Amino acid sequence: MGKYIVLAALLLAYPTFVGDFFTFQIGAYALLLGTVALSLQVLGGYGGMVSLSQLTVAGIAGYTVAILGDNTTNVMGLGWPWWCVVTAAIAIAAIAASLIGAISVRTEGIYTIMITLAIAVSFFYFVRQNYPVFNGFTGLAGVEPPRFGALYLRDPAPFYYLSLAIAAVFFWAVRYERHATFGLALQAIRDNPRRMAALGYNVPLHRVAAHALAGVIAGTAGVALVWFNGRISPGTVGVDVAIDILIIAVIGGMRHPIGPFIGALVFVLLENFAIDLIDRERFNTVIGLCFLAIVFLSPDGLLGLFDKARQAVRADTPKPQEPRKHPDKLHHNR
Amino acid sequence: MRQEHLTMGVVTCLAAVFVALIFMVWPDWLVDVMGRKKQFVNTFLNGITLAGLYFLVASGFTLVFGLMRNVNLAHGAMYLLGGYIGYEIAERTGNWYLGAVAAFIAVALTGAALQVAVFRRMQGDDLRQTLVTIGISIVAADLMLATWSGTTYQFQPPEWLFGATQLPVITTIKPSGAEVYLNYPTYRLFVLGVAIVVGILLWLFLNRTRIGMMVRAGVDDREMLAASGVNVNLVFVIVFAIGAGLAGFAGVIGGSALSIAPGEDIRYLLASLVVVIVGGMGSVPGAAAGAILIGLAEQFGLAYFPTYGVVLTFLIMVIVLAVRPQGLMGRS
Amino acid sequence: MSKRNLLATVAALSAFGLNAAQAESLKMGALATLEGAFTALGEDGMRGVQLAINEFGGTAGGREIELITGSSDASPDSAIRATRRLVEQDGVQILVGPLSGSEGLAVRDYAKTQPDVTFVNGSSAAQDTTLRDPSDNFFRFSTDGAQWMAGLGEYTLNEKGYESIAIIAEDYSFPYSLVFGFLEPYCRLGGQAKVEDRFWVPIGNKDYSSVIASLPDDVDALFVGLGGADAVNFLTQYEQAGGELPLVAGSITVDQTVLGSKGRTRDFVIGTPSASPISDTWDDPRWAAFVASYQAEFPDGFPSPSIFAHAYYVNTKAALLALDEVGGDLSDGGANYRTALSNLSFETPTGMVSLDARRNAIADIFLTEVIEGPDGNLVNDTVKVTSQVSQTFGLEYEEFLEYGVVGRDNPSCS
Repeated sequence: MGKYIVLAALLLAYPTFVGDFFTFQIGAYALLLGTVALSLQVLGGYGGMVSLSQLTVAGIAGYTVAILGDNTTNVMGLGWPWWCVVTAAIAIAAIAASLIGAISVRTEGIYTIMITLAIAVSFFYFVRQNYPVFNGFTGLAGVEPPRFGALYLRDPAPFYYLSLAIAAVFFWAVRYERHATFGLALQAIRDNPRRMAALGYNVPLHRVAAHALAGVIAGTAGVALVWFNGRISPGTVGVDVAIDILIIAVIGGMRHPIGPFIGALVFVLLENFAIDLIDRERFNTVIGLCFLAIVFLSPDGLLGLFDKARQAVRADTPKPQEPRKHPDKLHHNR
Repeated sequence: MRQEHLTMGVVTCLAAVFVALIFMVWPDWLVDVMGRKKQFVNTFLNGITLAGLYFLVASGFTLVFGLMRNVNLAHGAMYLLGGYIGYEIAERTGNWYLGAVAAFIAVALTGAALQVAVFRRMQGDDLRQTLVTIGISIVAADLMLATWSGTTYQFQPPEWLFGATQLPVITTIKPSGAEVYLNYPTYRLFVLGVAIVVGILLWLFLNRTRIGMMVRAGVDDREMLAASGVNVNLVFVIVFAIGAGLAGFAGVIGGSALSIAPGEDIRYLLASLVVVIVGGMGSVPGAAAGAILIGLAEQFGLAYFPTYGVVLTFLIMVIVLAVRPQGLMGRS
Repeated sequence: MSKRNLLATVAALSAFGLNAAQAESLKMGALATLEGAFTALGEDGMRGVQLAINEFGGTAGGREIELITGSSDASPDSAIRATRRLVEQDGVQILVGPLSGSEGLAVRDYAKTQPDVTFVNGSSAAQDTTLRDPSDNFFRFSTDGAQWMAGLGEYTLNEKGYESIAIIAEDYSFPYSLVFGFLEPYCRLGGQAKVEDRFWVPIGNKDYSSVIASLPDDVDALFVGLGGADAVNFLTQYEQAGGELPLVAGSITVDQTVLGSKGRTRDFVIGTPSASPISDTWDDPRWAAFVASYQAEFPDGFPSPSIFAHAYYVNTKAALLALDEVGGDLSDGGANYRTALSNLSFETPTGMVSLDARRNAIADIFLTEVIEGPDGNLVNDTVKVTSQVSQTFGLEYEEFLEYGVVGRDNPSCS
């Protein structure tokens, strides 16, 4: 518990130590990307369903905000009040996620990756080609977060705290859920769906429910992301970005809800500063090599590396080690 | 069993309708409903020839997956690498055929090296292998951009492949009574021919050679194959090399039909993924069936509903996966 | 303390009689598409930036120019990400870019949130970037897609005699501007371009065979508004399919990025009329000097500078000229600098350029036809120069707005 209090204090004080760029572009962005990756961690880590369509769910929420709220593109922009827009956006994201879940729960392992990738690509092409509602290639711009008197949510510090609040709420929810009835059932289904079915559990329903829960997480992050960018277009929900989310979750590690946030921080730092290390135009080589290195060295991402280091230290002090309950492997039962 | 008969019946009927539509002279009412015959026949041929190209790329992908459960997401990068290498060789020697052969060999060697140096280390860990291939494709795409810049490269296929061939298909009859026959690009027909030849060679390899039999045994049961004393690692390397080599070869064939430029890797990766998933992962006949379905869907989509045509192929994939997760010809 | 800052300090201390603020190098960003389908175009754009900076000997207004490049993949999102990085992390005070239409709209919107940074266009040519809802700190010394087509509609109808035309172009904001600029005079004068004969293909499409099969038989010509790799693919496939319609080309379709691509020389496009902000063979010393320095500097570039090299060059040069004018002083958040930019009027390789009230260029446009050059390369030959084309085609602003937003069906041509 103590370490979480220290972490919370550090995160709360963070904007006072750094400038606007680090508060907004690094801090807030990493928290939001981490939240989207967290929704993938719920599905992949606990549910054994690696989904590439979590960014699509976030994008659906983002587009809903731009369509139902205000934008400056002269396309849609129905001008609903912000609380209405946000509620609708998250609800629609959850419904969309449940639908994606309903389509994909019959598939297993790599097939799940593929079907969710196909859904992500379809959505990308659809919004790129549709002008009446989604304004095609150019997308919808001029999306503003709500203002509360003098408080403008897109100012670096307020936006950072908003992102922190979103991330923290879902972090605790996911952490709690892991040991709650639903979470335990989900993990048991991941490890042995047949046994759970025999025990009378409705396996597909549990999986769809996990998608819905992940949809709420990704959708909320999607709303904040469209406020962050002020715009949304097909590029926001492209395949490469969807794969970035997977990269983030893998780099961080899918065993624990803190993993996606570690991954997101590393990713955002690399994205912004790796190019200073070598030739600016070879950014993709740097990020690709970092990703490869982590996949090679540690199947459990950076979290796994921490654990290895910790175990190495512990090995010196003879202390009875509690056997770890089944490491959350992704394909336990293939 | 019943259901299979029904499926076969529907497929045969559809094929018959297509053949009839291609060879008959269209009455006016049909033109009113479907547009000009030339457009229909052309689109159909485009779909079939594109299917040939897709089959070339996807067959290697499916072969590797079937045996090793390795979803090689760097397959698109192999396609592009083959294209570039083939271009360099063809340009220096002035011989297009040499370029195609060199592309096959060079990319096959690259594939073999990857299998030995990378994938063998994480045998059985499917997700990790998939992730590694994502990393490799990102790095490879960037390095190729650095080497060959962003310029669009076009091959110069041999002269006899250039231009159009007249096909014995009447598109329309002029008021004067003269019959107008269809002209179709020769090179695209050549692509289809190459795909058929490669398909037959693959069939012979899998069914008539010792290694082919091992591969088929491995697809059915990997553990049994290993237990029976076969050098599984060698089989894996050979299959991976063939799969990668086919992608490189397709790079030259496809690059000559269209062109070679950055971004083609992702395009062909997505195409092979869709083709292989629709057809059934690991099945070479499935790749052929998937290629035909996706090739036709893509071209008819582009010609008849250009706005949302691109969405069509991916929707087909979603529907197939949702209804029949193992694909059209995959085993459950 | 980075090495860079240390060097700057040393330079400031040295006895050139400059104060520290002036000797400090000035960070300038350049954004172009160095990834994706438009990579070749972006690379040539960067050559243009480099040419302009070299021409100034790397300094403007007494300050050394430190160039920082950013890369996008032609999607608005990637352009914004790269722009943010350049502005917010690297701290550039002047940004040249982006390359393509939808990116331009996005960067224009972003510019509004950064009033102290000056944005100078690269080669993006969507009409609305400066026409509707412009940003006070976004300057475009190059012309928009509709301007590029000046004179082509009239020429196609009257001189070439093509009375009906089909259109194939990419499906986004820049080709909409291009097609609008071509069709506005063409339709007004009685040419026919039915809405169902317009084929909008997704950007990055490679296989055009089925679109080619769908082209109508009963038109006189085909207008092609594709760029880069898309254009190369279309032209090859159209030729292979035995296409017989004479072509009329949008500026980027017969640009050097296409004519200079590696592969079969397309005799096929010889004689194709087009209009463009540049003309490869313009017989003018200013243009000749520009081409000569391009060729000397970049032997592995295109045979002749492309539209993108030209647009980036002109915009960068404007940025540097205005810097000279204010003595490199941006300490007031660049307000004086932007005033200098607004009033700037200067000689470019393609004639005089000045800005209108919404900071969009008024410049000369060339009507061209593709010919085979003396060295065997395909080049655009100058047919006619339309001088000082404005964004509103000489109409009043309010009057011009009545045409409506450019799009797939504007003008409807009925």
